Amino acid sequence: MRGPHDVGGLPEGPIDAKPHDLSFWEKQIDGLRGVIGGKGIVTTHENRRYVEGLGDDAYESLTYYERWTAALSRQMVEKGILTQAEIDARVRDVRARLAASGELESETAGKAP
Amino acid sequence: MPHDHHDHDDDHHHAHDHAPPQPDDKVHSYYQILGIALKELLVEKGVVTAGEVRAAIEKRDQTTPAFGAKVVAKAWSDPIFRIRLLTNANAAVAELGFPMTTTQLVAVENSEDVHNVVVCTLCSCYPRELLGLPPAWYKSRAYRARIVQEPRAVLAEFGTHLTDKVEVRVHDSTADMRYLVVPQQPAGTEGLSEDELAALITRDSMIGVTEVNWSA
Repeated sequence: MRGPHDVGGLPEGPIDAKPHDLSFWEKQIDGLRGVIGGKGIVTTHENRRYVEGLGDDAYESLTYYERWTAALSRQMVEKGILTQAEIDARVRDVRARLAASGELESETAGKAP
Repeated sequence: MPHDHHDHDDDHHHAHDHAPPQPDDKVHSYYQILGIALKELLVEKGVVTAGEVRAAIEKRDQTTPAFGAKVVAKAWSDPIFRIRLLTNANAAVAELGFPMTTTQLVAVENSEDVHNVVVCTLCSCYPRELLGLPPAWYKSRAYRARIVQEPRAVLAEFGTHLTDKVEVRVHDSTADMRYLVVPQQPAGTEGLSEDELAALITRDSMIGVTEVNWSA
């Protein structure tokens, strides 16, 4: 069975070749993933397994680095490095901090999906 | 960064000196927040340091297709290096100061008869050490899906029109194996220095979606 990532040969439309400069948060995730990979905590293969295992809906709807972030979160929990409860609590704290400093795009921005 | 954007309405110039960040700078995605949270927690637990992450970002920013161009220009100029690159690419690029320690590199050479192009149909594997981060289109579903099915049509969209006599080889990268296309050296450039040659060699030509052009 094809996973959502396995798209080789499928019919598709035109390629959007517009350049996309990475935003700071995307670079942060790339850097974080690079350091974690470099320390041997999560291999490229493990990262792929998590990204491919996000499920069709998540894979389709998330951007590239959103997928990496979702994968990283699961990896850290599965490896016992972080707990889901502490991640959830910190997400609430960070969101509250950003809201207080006016850095959220809207009142509902950044809510958990 | 928030304050890099400026309003073009001069009447409001002063009012905007302390304006809130533009929408593009604001946080809109749950995953952005999750990313910040993960980084904070991992730093606090000592799994990574902020300095390590910063250094990784800086290294990525400094790794550009100019590295790959240097490799290709050397292969064009030095027949012995060219053979080393085509037979043991990891050793050849390490010689030039671009070690690829975690993946196998395969250099594939274009000729009158063969045109090579690279994809990662499953994700985004790419010779980052030589070309930097892949462009968004390389990671796009449309490129990954189509280049293996209708490579000539895709190449034509990139402005590369090949006759039927040219064989097209599409190389699908994996987590363990990355490809570098050695484009054909344009006629008339034989007298140029390696630096002059390197300046002609583009990222897209080393992915294989374009050729290297030169006019005197």
